[in-house]
Amino acid sequence: MPNDQAVSGSRAASAQAALATVEPRPGVPKPDPIMVADHVRRSFGGLTAVNVEHVEIQRGAITALIGPNGAGKTTFFNLITGFDNANEGTWTFNDRQVDGTAPYKLARIGMVRTFQLTKALSRMTVIDNMRLGAKHQTGERFFAAIFPFLWNSQEKSVGEKAMGLLERFNLHEKIGDFAGSLSGGQRKLLEMARALMADPELIMLDEPMAGVNPALKQSLLGHIKTMREEGTTVLFVEHDMDMVHDISDWVIVMSQGEVIAEGPPDAVMKDQAVIDAYLGAHHEAQLTETGESLTESSDGDSA
Amino acid sequence: MDWSFVLTQTLTQAIGIQAIIYCLAAIGLNVQFGYTGLLNFGQVAFVAAGSYAVGVIVLTFDLSLWLAIVVGVIVALVIALILGIPTLRLRADYLAIVTIAFSELVRLTVRSIAFKDVLGGAQGLNGKLGQDFHDTNPLPADFQSLPVLSWTRQDLWVVIVGWILVALFTLLVWLLVRSPWGRIVRGIREDEAAVVSLGKNVFAYKLQALMLGGVIGAFGGIVWAVAKQSVQPDTFRPEFTFFAYTILLLGGAARVFGPIVGAILFWMILAGTGEFLGQAIQAGWIDFLQPTDVGNIRFVLMGSGLIALMVFRPQGIFGDRRELALDAK
Repeated sequence: MPNDQAVSGSRAASAQAALATVEPRPGVPKPDPIMVADHVRRSFGGLTAVNVEHVEIQRGAITALIGPNGAGKTTFFNLITGFDNANEGTWTFNDRQVDGTAPYKLARIGMVRTFQLTKALSRMTVIDNMRLGAKHQTGERFFAAIFPFLWNSQEKSVGEKAMGLLERFNLHEKIGDFAGSLSGGQRKLLEMARALMADPELIMLDEPMAGVNPALKQSLLGHIKTMREEGTTVLFVEHDMDMVHDISDWVIVMSQGEVIAEGPPDAVMKDQAVIDAYLGAHHEAQLTETGESLTESSDGDSA
Repeated sequence: MDWSFVLTQTLTQAIGIQAIIYCLAAIGLNVQFGYTGLLNFGQVAFVAAGSYAVGVIVLTFDLSLWLAIVVGVIVALVIALILGIPTLRLRADYLAIVTIAFSELVRLTVRSIAFKDVLGGAQGLNGKLGQDFHDTNPLPADFQSLPVLSWTRQDLWVVIVGWILVALFTLLVWLLVRSPWGRIVRGIREDEAAVVSLGKNVFAYKLQALMLGGVIGAFGGIVWAVAKQSVQPDTFRPEFTFFAYTILLLGGAARVFGPIVGAILFWMILAGTGEFLGQAIQAGWIDFLQPTDVGNIRFVLMGSGLIALMVFRPQGIFGDRRELALDAK
């Protein structure tokens, strides 16, 4: 185990070292990007929800995507994973152009996402949820499915892999339970474990901490760090600033659809543009009897 | 009051030709709705495709019944593609709307005067449709009747082969749903986006499920045409689909044996109440009903029974209550 620790330490350290020399400004190029997005725009009627000029995600690092409510984080997530269609823009994954690619194909080439509202398949057992995640299963083809001898051995190895992950996520006692009977936090764990069944190169977590109790939060943080140690790139959307500060190697801040700041967590949280976006430009002004109108005007400034 | 007549008739119909036809349609629906969550309200269109394939190929074109069966399967597959390609990318409700409209479109087209030469118009197609099949009947020529079940020699042969078909399709469904293929379609029923996010081509699986269910339904139509030696356009009304859904819910959706138990029970209740009421009216036990009311009353009873079932046992006879109770939607 101490050996493991040494290795894991070096993964985190190397991710941070690689990003140490990167200048903290929006749209900055990274030394080894796994994903590069250009001119991504999505409007709903007159509202431009996402308008990202250029952004790169560093391979092997944990990158946080933060921003106030309505900043367009989840929309941006949906666009690059193919679950929503951009009005314009191009983006590449592993140097391969992937805009316009069907979402299931993106998952197959190693870009796997989770959802803000957990999508555990309630009326299926925990183990079936997990098995569903495995890629390239012979028995998923219609005619092969009829002949169990064609896929029995693969099913077994998929099951073993699933058990390994369930033990790691502390769900191994639940394998036969319907996923719908799990608690909210357990469902988050299950969804994360299921995504790992697909061997992602880039795992994209949409608000992994939403509605999770503090004790479970700690273990989720551990799991996300473990993903990095195993060489998986992590991109996550989050509101919880403590968590962002704790685990991310790099932070990208969005506001009103645009990337307004980038940098290591410490630097970003001191960035005036970020503070203004979150709290409004006049947040330090004294609240008086007319406090309400003050708050309103500060909202107006930042909007 | 002739109790033995009531019992014989009830039993004969409970496992008779109608039960087989509806059972096949319900097995198809079970694949589509029970396992994959596709709301196909036009299953009768697939049944009609099977029946009309037999009618047209055998009667209009004077070709072999075996060719007709192949054509029936192909037509069912084509219908599934026509219905599925535009609608399966949309939300589930769209398929429901499109399929129910399509099934009526099929019925009104086949009964129209414009195609009378080929499809027989409102009179349908009547003649020796199933001769090729009935020629294979291995039962002795002097066969009279089974002890309790009142089938003719010809009907008994249809019943035997019909239940073999039911068994084969049930086996096929059982093999499929316990495979990784079945896991994907059940996942689609629960949440499509989650399955997409795991790299599965959801659209292709939905299309496969629609096609498989359609082909099984078409076999119901083939059995119908062969058994009755007649194809009537107005038997393919939307009620047929709703009865098939009743059967599926009665037995328990997403259960391999659900459609079989459901079909037998459905026809047992329908025939049992019908025969009983008929006999009771004749014997003068009931004086507020006319014999002509019986046909409708039994559907009233069936409907009430279905409502009671939905309230007290929503999972059907075979279903797992936990699977329903957890449905958060």
